[in-house]
Amino acid sequence: MSTRLLYFAWVKEKTGIAAEDVELPREVTTIAELMAWLKTRGPEFDHAFARSEVIRAAIDQTHVRHDAAIGAAREIAFFPPVTGG
Amino acid sequence: MIRVQAEDFDIGAEIAKLKSGRSDVGAIVAFVGTVRDQAGAVEEMTLEHYPGMTEAELQRIEAEACSRWKLQGCLILHRYGTLRPSDNIVLVLTASEHREAAFRAAEFLMDYLKTSAPFWKRESGPQGSRWVEASASDTAATTRWKKHAAE
Repeated sequence: MSTRLLYFAWVKEKTGIAAEDVELPREVTTIAELMAWLKTRGPEFDHAFARSEVIRAAIDQTHVRHDAAIGAAREIAFFPPVTGG
Repeated sequence: MIRVQAEDFDIGAEIAKLKSGRSDVGAIVAFVGTVRDQAGAVEEMTLEHYPGMTEAELQRIEAEACSRWKLQGCLILHRYGTLRPSDNIVLVLTASEHREAAFRAAEFLMDYLKTSAPFWKRESGPQGSRWVEASASDTAATTRWKKHAAE
């Protein structure tokens, strides 16, 4: 089953894409592991996730920490700290 | 009530709607956030957001405010898209019997919105364009609500 990945703001600019459907490797079970795996997908992704500690994530539209389990997530988003208001 | 839209809003009309058909409201607090030109450095501000999650977060924040204070009405309205200096960005309205709940709830809503609603600002001007960085003071403003329980 593929997972929808979304990128926003400068994460999107660096990866060069807003959304994609990806078949995640079995060994990728947390957000931190997913970011480490994404970094291996080419120079754009390596650049986008270089400072992965500052990147925030959401699973199925809920904020989560980097140690959160991916489980049966349908949609995972990566973005910088929010700056609305 | 929450709304996410590209269009501008009319504060008077929104207040009238909030009060419409009720006579038990004694206090309405309105907060309006607008675009600053920062001494000419900002000519345009573009707000990106995460459709779906934005609405979910704003609803969650609104529900949290309603559980902490006795509110008779509440509106969080946030714009997205390209804005210019002096344009409206966000409107928060809170209505209650007495002013204290409305004041506190409005402040709480803005503090939470700034640290959890998935919006990102990009400013552009004569020096080029850049993503606005999250401020530590906004995070601190949200954290203080965690120390104090509902009053």
